[in-house]
Amino acid sequence: MLLSAVDSGWADPVRLHHEGRTARLLLDNARAVLADAIGVRPDELYLTTSGTTAIQAGLSAVRAARERVGRPVVHTAVEHSAVLHSAGDEGLEVGVDIRGRVDQEAFADAVRRPGVAVAAVQSANHEVGTRQPIAAIAEACGDVPLFVDASASIGHDVVPEGWSVLAASGHKWGGPAGVGLLAVRKGTRIAPAWPMDEREDGLSPGFPDVPNALAAAAALQARLGEAEELNKQHRAWIDEVRRRVPADVPDVEVVGDPDDRLPHILTFSCLYVDGEALVTALDAEGFAVSSGSACTSSTLKPSHVLAAMGVLTHGNVRVSLSRETTYEDVDRFCQVLPGIVQRIRAEVGM
Amino acid sequence: MNVELDCQGMVCPLPVIKLAKALPTVAVGETVTVLADDPAAAVDIPAWCRMRSQELVEATGKSYVVRRVS
Repeated sequence: MLLSAVDSGWADPVRLHHEGRTARLLLDNARAVLADAIGVRPDELYLTTSGTTAIQAGLSAVRAARERVGRPVVHTAVEHSAVLHSAGDEGLEVGVDIRGRVDQEAFADAVRRPGVAVAAVQSANHEVGTRQPIAAIAEACGDVPLFVDASASIGHDVVPEGWSVLAASGHKWGGPAGVGLLAVRKGTRIAPAWPMDEREDGLSPGFPDVPNALAAAAALQARLGEAEELNKQHRAWIDEVRRRVPADVPDVEVVGDPDDRLPHILTFSCLYVDGEALVTALDAEGFAVSSGSACTSSTLKPSHVLAAMGVLTHGNVRVSLSRETTYEDVDRFCQVLPGIVQRIRAEVGM
Repeated sequence: MNVELDCQGMVCPLPVIKLAKALPTVAVGETVTVLADDPAAAVDIPAWCRMRSQELVEATGKSYVVRRVS
């Protein structure tokens, strides 16, 4: 798919020559498929160069259009770092409970304060999988535009409703990296606050990556085609890991909401265990897992998501299932983990 | 009696391991004070107290006072 798109969609889609028109056709097709999956019209969907750029462009363009109202962005404490960076010093952060769910009352109070530019809430958390109550929050927002970062959930869960602007990321549903989606509902005022060109209504400057956009569209179509069965399977497997890990490994804190969550993500922390050692040991067993522990991050700070929830940050592991994960993988993970944790703990006399 | 642990310069999970080893050495009702400057300690020491049902008496700056409850 990607290779044939590279052959036929290499040209610049704004050019009038044959190759340019072919690229334009492919880009239009990709946009139509992606828009349909998100539930918007093709002219409401912009393609960006990553989920992060979609978040940054979307939030700053809405904020700039509401400059006369004010600049503050109300957001949860567990948003993706791209949201936190965009909100900056003028962000109004609202806390979450121990499962990672936003305090709805505090959020509604914050949004009702005068001068709020935009409210930002993720559909579900990218580290712990907990869903946020988007419909209820949308109602509380009133006239304040709601920005939803749906990067973790698109392809894995239903698309939420009630938002003005939504961002997503191609690699999160199995597409290529380098493709972000920014959906802007008609009637939402935006004012891109950077040097604009003729591309994507100024929301994503530069020559677009047509082959990757097409590959992302094909991947999402394929993902949604198998979503019902795959999501059910992932939910059952994660339920099993949720049950087996604390049963077989002492002193483990499994975090996130056990039920109201994404189907494919699980996060837990092992007391007295070095996160880096754990990730490295699991890697040696063939498991590529993430970690929110401080020792695994370039800043040496723990995950702001785990910190906001008030849960243990060391010895942290995040498991994400893909369409290629098998039950044998899940079962073997549960089998090797207790020994690895025991060995790392023994090294520090625990 | 209060035991003081200087864990400055140590990274996670060492301050929590030191705390877990020191708390059983004091009597129930007495405290262990941990000095830790690792940013993870600010989350992990309160989380450990919750998981272990011990009392976090005070957390100010880089000082954490934990009372042995059981």
